[in-house]
Amino acid sequence: MLRLAPWIIVLSLVLPVVGGTLFTVPPAFGYLPVLGGDDWSFRPWLELAATPGILRSVAVSFSSGLLATGLALIIVFLFLSTIANTRFDRWIQRLVSPLLSIPHAAAAFGFAFLVAPSGLLLRWLSPSLTGFERPPDWLLLNDPFGMSLISGLVVKEIPFLLLVSLAGLPQLNAGQRVMLARSLGYLPRVAWFKTVAPALYPLIRLPVYAVLAFATSTVDVAMILGPNLPSTLSVQVVHWFNDPDLSRRFLASAGALLQLLVTASTLSVWWGLEKLIGTGFNAWVAGGNRQRFDGTLWLAGRGLMLIATLLPVLGLFALALNSVAGFWRFPDAWPGSITLSHWLQALPDLARPFWMTMVIATAASVLAVAMVLAALEHEQRRNRPATRALWLLYLPLLVPQVGFLSGITVLSQMAGQAPALWVVVWAHLLFVLPYVYLTLVEPYRRFDFRWIILGRSLGLSVNQAFWRIRLPMMLRPVLTAMALGVAISVSLYLPTQMLGGGRIVTVTTEAVALSSGGDRRLIGVWAMVQAITPFIGFLLALLIPRLLWKERRGMQAL
Amino acid sequence: MERTSGHAGPLAEAGCLQLQDVALELHGHHLLHLNETISPGGVLTVMGPSGSGKSTLLAWIAGFMSPSFHATGRAILDGEDITGRPAEKTGVGLLFQDPLLFPHLSVAGNVRFGARGGKDDVAERVENALASVGLAGFGHRDPETLSGGQRARVALVRLILSRPRAILLDEPFSKLDTPLRRELRAVVFEHLRQQNVPAVLVTHDQEDADAAGGIIVTID
Repeated sequence: MLRLAPWIIVLSLVLPVVGGTLFTVPPAFGYLPVLGGDDWSFRPWLELAATPGILRSVAVSFSSGLLATGLALIIVFLFLSTIANTRFDRWIQRLVSPLLSIPHAAAAFGFAFLVAPSGLLLRWLSPSLTGFERPPDWLLLNDPFGMSLISGLVVKEIPFLLLVSLAGLPQLNAGQRVMLARSLGYLPRVAWFKTVAPALYPLIRLPVYAVLAFATSTVDVAMILGPNLPSTLSVQVVHWFNDPDLSRRFLASAGALLQLLVTASTLSVWWGLEKLIGTGFNAWVAGGNRQRFDGTLWLAGRGLMLIATLLPVLGLFALALNSVAGFWRFPDAWPGSITLSHWLQALPDLARPFWMTMVIATAASVLAVAMVLAALEHEQRRNRPATRALWLLYLPLLVPQVGFLSGITVLSQMAGQAPALWVVVWAHLLFVLPYVYLTLVEPYRRFDFRWIILGRSLGLSVNQAFWRIRLPMMLRPVLTAMALGVAISVSLYLPTQMLGGGRIVTVTTEAVALSSGGDRRLIGVWAMVQAITPFIGFLLALLIPRLLWKERRGMQAL
Repeated sequence: MERTSGHAGPLAEAGCLQLQDVALELHGHHLLHLNETISPGGVLTVMGPSGSGKSTLLAWIAGFMSPSFHATGRAILDGEDITGRPAEKTGVGLLFQDPLLFPHLSVAGNVRFGARGGKDDVAERVENALASVGLAGFGHRDPETLSGGQRARVALVRLILSRPRAILLDEPFSKLDTPLRRELRAVVFEHLRQQNVPAVLVTHDQEDADAAGGIIVTID
């Protein structure tokens, strides 16, 4: 059974992604007998080409993905080059994980509540600095060029890229490299960029690609911050899928395929840029310039990271403020009164989606942790490296969600399967598994194998050694992985929305659905609930070991 | 390899640990070759520099050898061939450099963890065993609150209560400071003699070898 674990993981990831993508193809070419599409044709594609503004949608998806990823990566690298273990650095590093666990939709709402014409920032600056007595007629949000979408994505992806970079840095001996270069006369920031950056990038390449794929195809963030009329390609595709007119499914499938192509071409353009920049970079490194740009790099790294960290924190604050605001006239910095009535009104509606969110998140992350533990335990017992196929873990993160989810929807409808909870849980599992694996793999391999040897010499079988030694001693990382799984699941919008067919409703689908209504108070309540939910998991992961091992100091350090 | 003292026992002696024609290789590179019989209460001391394969010898006897090594020969314990048995079925107990007390269990929990032979009086046996190494009343303590010497004693008691039929010691005193090392050496060898089972000691400390007082094999 354990022997099968790695393959069960690979299959449960690969089958839906590849199968889902394949099943997008026939309807994209007019073939879907259930909906009366009996002949193959190019009609969906012609229809797609005739959609007003389709080129603009594609262009925004393409460029926002590239720009958001590029900017986030640049800011992260600039900041890393200035890291010197100051209080500011430690503060940023401590904030990384909490910021990462804020769901995309909640972060996007928070960002919107900050930078909107009537948002918190302009209120704080008005009228004293701006002179505005009423919200300016500026298109700050949902601008046609996707600027607000890009900014929101940059802010949201920085913590992720920073976290994977911080995880990769220790194996590079960054400190030594910089020290060596400085002893050769390089200024510290220049030294970092010339000696550490080129070695760090290959380590975080896959996560960068995942960010890129996400940024080109995100639906929830684009619905909240992206342009309208036309919206981004992925948002259009979802609208077509949800159209009561079922014949739109053909158009939607063609759109989903187009989205796959857009993401694939963004990835290849990025790959090309990598080569190009790499060459230029090497020339710069080889050029031997030691002194220029150092101050600029320092200022940019610190300043941009400060802004990128403050924005989501302030965003959450804006959400919270809106959720309890009574009457709040425009230039006023603070609401005239504070009220709990929005919360009290929303509570009855919140209960069911909240429990559904928890059920799906718990099921997906418990399953993911069990599967990952089985695979890792198998690897340990066989005493040889994991199967190479595990790189496929990244597959669900590299293929746009609309691309394969639409195929799965089509498939389950063809099979006459009504929207079912297990399908949604499985879809969540696809996105939870990779992160759970990545968090558990290091602690698992680092675990001192002598503990197991000792246990077995005291008469424990391999299985007993797992349950009585390995699992209790690894409880903390296991619970952390589970909490991360919950956070990922809570943030997922599209899998629930598409596969739940409107019958399975979570806090996230409800919150995103509210975005079109524009009731700030209500959005504030729902987005706050969505943002807080992941923290429940992390809190439990922190508290359970602490209570359980209250008298065991050795377990506090592990 | 040279052999400095001791005697080879007769074949298949009751309670003996026999290492018959044991040879270890790493990637085709010959590490050691042994042919010894250790009688109950006796200690075989294996000395040699690190990387000589002496710890691997213990891993092989106990059933944990890393697959990158290759071993031939047989290990016979009390007349039974234990070569290649699953580790929990060899009846061989281990003492490491570090005491390795399970951090999630109390002192008593650690000792009870491996205790064999009936559940009824286990609490009493645990308490008595702790008392026998001067740790009476320490049962409820967190292992983390013990001193290095106390931890080493708990590890010893845990090993003894698991009633091993042979005991392997992998440089068990090397991480202790000199006075503590002397004291603990006395306690450990006294307990080993009481148990009356064969033991293999791996060390690079001549004083360990002298205290053990059995056959000494030196690998170069």
